Amino acid sequence: MRRLPILGDVSRVSDDGLEGLEHNFVTARIEDLVKWSRARSCWPATFGLACCAIEMMATGAAHYDLARYGMEVFRASPRQADLMIVAGRVSQKMAPILRQIYDQMMEPKWVISMGVCASSGGMFNNYAIVQGVDQVVPVDVYAPGCPPGPETLMHAILTLHESIRTGELTRRREANDGGAAIHVEAPLPEDTTEQPVQLGSR
Amino acid sequence: MTTVPETSSFGQRVLHPLPDQLYATVSDLRDEGFLTAVDVTAVDYMAHPGRTDLPADVSPERFEVVVSLHAHQSHERVRLRIQVPVDDPVVPSLFDLFPGTEAMEREVFDLFGITFDGHPDMTRILLPEEWEGHPLRKDVDTGRIPVQFREAPVQR
Amino acid sequence: MSSGAPEGTLSDLGSAERVHRRDGSAVLRVGEGEAFELAGDPDNPDDDERMILNMGPSHPSTHGVLRLMLEMEGETVLRTKPVIGYLHTGMEKTGENLSYLQGPTNVTRMDYAAPLFSELAFSLATEKLLGIEVPPRATWIRMLMCELNRVASHLLFQATNGMDLGAVSMMIYGWREREEVLRFFEKVTGLRMNHNYIRPGGVAADLPDGWQDDVRRLLDLIPPRLDEYDTLLTGQPIFRERLQGVGVMTPAEALALSATGPILRSTGYAWDLRRDEPYLAYDQVDFDVLVGTYGDSFDRFAIRLNETRESLRIVEQVLDQMPGGDYRTQDQKVTPPPRARIDDSMEALIHHFKIFTEGFHVPEGEVYVAVESPRGELGCYLVSDGGPNPYRMHIRGPSFVNLQTLPHLMEGGLIADAVAVISSVDPIMGEVDR
Repeated sequence: MRRLPILGDVSRVSDDGLEGLEHNFVTARIEDLVKWSRARSCWPATFGLACCAIEMMATGAAHYDLARYGMEVFRASPRQADLMIVAGRVSQKMAPILRQIYDQMMEPKWVISMGVCASSGGMFNNYAIVQGVDQVVPVDVYAPGCPPGPETLMHAILTLHESIRTGELTRRREANDGGAAIHVEAPLPEDTTEQPVQLGSR
Repeated sequence: MTTVPETSSFGQRVLHPLPDQLYATVSDLRDEGFLTAVDVTAVDYMAHPGRTDLPADVSPERFEVVVSLHAHQSHERVRLRIQVPVDDPVVPSLFDLFPGTEAMEREVFDLFGITFDGHPDMTRILLPEEWEGHPLRKDVDTGRIPVQFREAPVQR
Repeated sequence: MSSGAPEGTLSDLGSAERVHRRDGSAVLRVGEGEAFELAGDPDNPDDDERMILNMGPSHPSTHGVLRLMLEMEGETVLRTKPVIGYLHTGMEKTGENLSYLQGPTNVTRMDYAAPLFSELAFSLATEKLLGIEVPPRATWIRMLMCELNRVASHLLFQATNGMDLGAVSMMIYGWREREEVLRFFEKVTGLRMNHNYIRPGGVAADLPDGWQDDVRRLLDLIPPRLDEYDTLLTGQPIFRERLQGVGVMTPAEALALSATGPILRSTGYAWDLRRDEPYLAYDQVDFDVLVGTYGDSFDRFAIRLNETRESLRIVEQVLDQMPGGDYRTQDQKVTPPPRARIDDSMEALIHHFKIFTEGFHVPEGEVYVAVESPRGELGCYLVSDGGPNPYRMHIRGPSFVNLQTLPHLMEGGLIADAVAVISSVDPIMGEVDR
């Protein structure tokens, strides 16, 4: 009897095909698995600026409970975060710091522009406010509102999750060389003729 | 005791000292029990030259520094309006009397370009250090200015 | 803790010499480039280990975008420079381009933890310039909403203060109760924050039907939860150890630095604008002004916790005494005509259109009005040139002024205590930078 570490007894496979296995299992492309896990463990950086930061904190607190989406760990260190929620108006003085923090985050990384001030300057069309944070960092999802309620922020987050899961974002990123263009080559047995799997390439 | 022109605005007491009378006036007021400098701000009257609420012996200038003092014991407030000419925008600092005016005077310097003589740290406070101009002056436009950020690579 | 000195004074205010120093002050008055020259040589083992530590502007315990430059010797803080302006929004300039009716929309975004107070100060200043009286119901609605806002703001402080000191579960509890108050705000104003509810001439809308039940529910719900905070925090030895004797200030120092609100009261100086210079109808309700004894971070924490109870006491009295009548003035100059009349009358339509496009004209003059926000004296200085927009609109933000106490409170303390001190000053950066 031939036993393999995970599959167990494989002696009947030659007669019965997959039904001859001792266990059931699900097959998936590794790329989909990675996208799924990226979408389900998106850790935001604490980047609260103004009013929206209060609503962002409310979203993480007891009533709205962002933990349901695996996102309650707001990381203070940009190195540990993959989502930047720009919550509030970005002043001219803050813009270079915002960009520095974005640069310190690891790939793949995403940005939600929370509230009208971050998205377009909002009602403050004056000397002090950057008219849209997309002039400084690439934005993936814009959440409207002044400030957006926790429901709006959650909708933005779920929209982002869906985009990460379907790979739409990574596809767009690679097309314009914007980021998330990492390649993981899985080690394969020598006798196979298949091409190595490329992550983030579709 | 220096005497300075006094008016009333909506029941609030307003004094109009000259810039070089300011320090002595505030010093006297502090001895009278005005223990807190509540607020220091400024107004640019460039677009509103013909104001009528000044006493006859005070000549209007473009800038006006407004200092509010507060006496807790007698529940009194007094406001000092100091006329500051645009070609010599210097006012004595009140830091030695009220250290709490430090940040407020810096704010006025930052947004109006009025210098406070004797201030320990006359630098910008709200705007970036390399900023040019004083945005709350009336001859500075409110509107959108181009973003001064240069490092961001073009993403889209 | 109870209201001590009735006239808001102490015979002995202590010494203020510490804050008057020019040389050797606790404030680090150097530019960014110079600061690095102050630091010791890291390669030289005989150096005195003096270093410059940068904290913020993106730091979890600086309450937003506050940045501190700390000069340290080992673990001890020598001098501090608060660097602000990272949220400078130019609101005072924007306010000059908005009409008086649009003004509250602008100022409400300053102190986003207590937005109604900025609206109130702006509206009171405008009404003073206009010389109009608001109906009693508007005044009492304003009082109800402001006190509930104070509750929400102090709950936010409890949540963040607890989290900064390591009581992370406090974060969840504080937000839980705040959410209940916000739900009432949403019902009344349509928004959870930045309400634009208090406007010149009254309030934007009357209270909804059944508001008494909602307020009663809050009055039943919150006090037991505050007792839970007492159990969790007030008597807890670790929490007390981290706050007691940390960041001490005398009344004279607080007055010299123009500090107001809980910081001034924590030093034992009983001063509260609601009691001492009553606005709205605060002279018709009964409440205590709370003062501390030592002027330390624990006093500031305890004052805010108990002020929440006092605010609820005021809310209870407002609930019983709420008068009927209009919720905004019937002055035709300020208030647009009712919706029904616009359909009938051409003049009413034109009038409505004029008020919302051009705005109403305000007589020439200048005025300063102050209210007691959860952080201290919030003042609004308005200058009118007779036009429909303020000629100059300045807000005296209590957080901005209170922030100056930070270097003095931190001096000589440990770096770990710096977090406790920042938290107990409770600055809201939107109001600091405006």
